[in-house]
Amino acid sequence: MKISVQIEDFDLGREVTELRAHQPQIGAVASFVGLVRDINDGSTVAAMSLEHYPAMTEKALRDIAAEAAQRWQIIDATIIHRIGDLYPTDQIVLVAVASMHRHDAFAACEFIMDFLKTSAPFWKKELTPQGARWVDARETDETATQRWTKPSKR
Amino acid sequence: MHIKVLYFARLREQFGVSEEIVELPDGAVMVAMLLDVLRARGGVWAEQLAAGQAYRVAVNQELADQVAPIEAGDEVAIFPPVTGG
Repeated sequence: MKISVQIEDFDLGREVTELRAHQPQIGAVASFVGLVRDINDGSTVAAMSLEHYPAMTEKALRDIAAEAAQRWQIIDATIIHRIGDLYPTDQIVLVAVASMHRHDAFAACEFIMDFLKTSAPFWKKELTPQGARWVDARETDETATQRWTKPSKR
Repeated sequence: MHIKVLYFARLREQFGVSEEIVELPDGAVMVAMLLDVLRARGGVWAEQLAAGQAYRVAVNQELADQVAPIEAGDEVAIFPPVTGG
């Protein structure tokens, strides 16, 4: 399991190659990459800065990955979240999950992203033409997390 | 007893402090009591920590609710709902 909170960018191809190296039992890898958009809530976004709670962040991500591993057959996973100053088109977050079969990889990847959105201690501040503003949490993120309270296994 | 309290993001800016030591009575103490002490400061503290405001509390780096116990030496963090990802 690779968990990293970092300023530096990441390379999806390299991360997936590392994730599946020397593990011939892996039959599926699902990945998600989150990006900085140039527009949010009707304003153009020139830049964004990401703050986090260093003592808690890695632990929170590890707990989310462990919970996913309880629910699905996961062989390995990588979670990378960037902090600091980011600009439109920059990559913010990567989640990649390796499993034997696709359903576990797809479901666990989405589960990890949904929980990361509502329980990992990161906060975005956007720079817009009206000034800097903290991004508000979205109700839809909370709803997305809650739908996992009853896991549906196929 | 002394509790280390951390603030993040919008709340850190509004309170004008990122970290402090708060003195609480010894004995059985819950998160709710710490919040009462902070609200009693009035102004932005009373406003931002009022019932119905959206904020989260973590005790020793784990999300916690109002009835979670806190002890001397614990680290409590108060922050807005998270917006990463």
